[in-house]
Amino acid sequence: MAQMTMIQAITDAMRTELKNDPNVLVFGEDVGQNGGVFRATEGLQAEFGEERVFDTPLAESGIGGLAIGLATQGYRPVPEIQFFGFLFEVMDSIAGQMSRTRFRSGGTHHSPITVRAPFGGGVRTPELHADSLEGLVAQTPGLKVVIPSTPYEAKGLLISAIRDNDPVVFLEHMKLYRSFREEVPEEEYTIPIGKAAVKREGKDVTLIAYGAMVHAALKAADELAEDGIEAEVIDLRTVSPVDYETIITSVEKTNRVVVIQEAQRQAGVAAAVAAEIQERAILHLEAPVLRVTAPDTVYPFAEAEEVWLPNHKDIVEKVNQVINF
Amino acid sequence: MFQILNEDGEVVNKEFMPDLSDDELRELMRRMVYTRILDQRSIALNRQGRLGFYAPTAGQEASQLGSHFAIEKEDFILPGYRDVPQLIWQGLPLYQAFLFSKGHFHGNQYTEELQAFAPQIIIGAQYVQAAGVALGMKLRGKKNVAITYTGDGGTSQGDFYEGINFAGAYQAPAIFIVQNNRFAISVPVEKQTAAKTLAQKAVAAGIEGIQVDGMDVLAVYAATKDARDRAVNGEGPTLIETMTYRFGPHTMSGDDPTRYRSDDLDKEWEKKDPLVRFRKFLEGKKLWSEEDENRVIEEAKEDIKEAIKKADQYPKQKVTDFINYMNEELPLNLQEQLKEYEAKESK
Repeated sequence: MAQMTMIQAITDAMRTELKNDPNVLVFGEDVGQNGGVFRATEGLQAEFGEERVFDTPLAESGIGGLAIGLATQGYRPVPEIQFFGFLFEVMDSIAGQMSRTRFRSGGTHHSPITVRAPFGGGVRTPELHADSLEGLVAQTPGLKVVIPSTPYEAKGLLISAIRDNDPVVFLEHMKLYRSFREEVPEEEYTIPIGKAAVKREGKDVTLIAYGAMVHAALKAADELAEDGIEAEVIDLRTVSPVDYETIITSVEKTNRVVVIQEAQRQAGVAAAVAAEIQERAILHLEAPVLRVTAPDTVYPFAEAEEVWLPNHKDIVEKVNQVINF
Repeated sequence: MFQILNEDGEVVNKEFMPDLSDDELRELMRRMVYTRILDQRSIALNRQGRLGFYAPTAGQEASQLGSHFAIEKEDFILPGYRDVPQLIWQGLPLYQAFLFSKGHFHGNQYTEELQAFAPQIIIGAQYVQAAGVALGMKLRGKKNVAITYTGDGGTSQGDFYEGINFAGAYQAPAIFIVQNNRFAISVPVEKQTAAKTLAQKAVAAGIEGIQVDGMDVLAVYAATKDARDRAVNGEGPTLIETMTYRFGPHTMSGDDPTRYRSDDLDKEWEKKDPLVRFRKFLEGKKLWSEEDENRVIEEAKEDIKEAIKKADQYPKQKVTDFINYMNEELPLNLQEQLKEYEAKESK
């Protein structure tokens, strides 16, 4: 075991899979000698060579196409999109192409691709770096979308993503890259994709969150406990497909739900989660399912992040609304 | 413009005459005649409602089949939506090509031996993917190439440029073919770019570019063969512009070329018909006769009849088929929906 930050756990997962499987290729803008703009691929090119870990020209669409083409030759591509705000450049390769490979070929081709990309607010990045665009890819049949919130989970989920024989979009929250350390086993292990985790048990209300909002929800739960409200916190970990089994089990116990996301209200996946809950457990609900989200504006100018991004106070306020409904 | 045969079937460029045997020359003609008949019959079948999406190919036989004739069985083809003939001559059974047209997944279920993607509808996407296929071949140490096709309009896409530029940066064994038939639906090539040729777009990627008479099957073959030889020798990709023409509409989905093309222009290009020119050349060498041609026509018609029958009789698609082709292991939502549709389908 070692104490690792999330970024170190991510590097460790890629190193593990580069070692395990000679077909794994890591590529993107500045991921080679430079080791990535966040050091996610630090040391990997030196260890595995330029044929396994390499830089690309500055063109996201080309990177997506490269991954699809490499897969036809038996490779297992792990491309990086430098910031997920640049998704729009590669939307066709991800949502129009690799998501459909298996389907359109009637199972004769597939795309075992893991697209890694940082996103998320709170670190005052310039425009179109921090936007939460997971909702766009979560709406695409054929893609799985994974968002870890801890170093331990980042490693296990990334190894699972790389081993998955269908495309996975793996989104890494920038604020969580180095915000804390955690014990991470040095050996390989996996965490199943599509499985949520109960991060705190409680009986009064279910808080469903993902990404940086998991930590906001846990902080809110601490505050609520002081007022005698026991919140159960679920970390979705995979936002598509969502693990409804874990959610419904919790809702049947607590009868109250708040869904929390950093994305704008009209974006993200909170609406889809709320819809599933009302379809599957309406008779267990004592109050409507409420959402904590960002406002429906463009992602804010850097100085305004604090007033714009949802935080634990917003969560406490919403919980009080569902408790007192 | 690189040319070997003129409109009268005379060799005007002996130096670059490709080294093809008499049998190979006859086979090239057979394929062109067969494909012309296939186009005529496909249009008729589409009009009868027995085929669906269809992009006519008449006029482009030299461009499509001359380039395809230069590649090997283990090379990988990334066709555009008009490039079904290349797939057929690479081994796609005709009835599957018809199922593709009708919109049935089995049309795209290629055997392991058929190294190709199904026709690409998103113009340009095949170009960036070809760069990836070619890089993969290079990393594997294969002596093979990725070959891909787009039209004149497609050269305006970002993916067109990114594709050739990536292949150039990695010196990957790719052949990029631009079939310049002068029109992207109704928009003439002059409205795509101020560039005097499309081949010169290769300069932006720092790769070889060549403009070829796309109505001259020997010139297209020779240029592609040369590009392939250089690619497998590690000398990187080539962009080939074939100057061609589609005699028919853009697709059979309601396009009317009389709205944007003059009779004069059509007639001018019909004189360049690749079949007429190559037929004259072969007849001059006593390699082709009317009987040969009629035999191919009959063979094509018979094959097409059989294939459309087989396509018509192919089992209908079910929602459960679609669900099962989404993922290797179905996620929770699809597991649920599979059960739902299994119940519906068993009623």
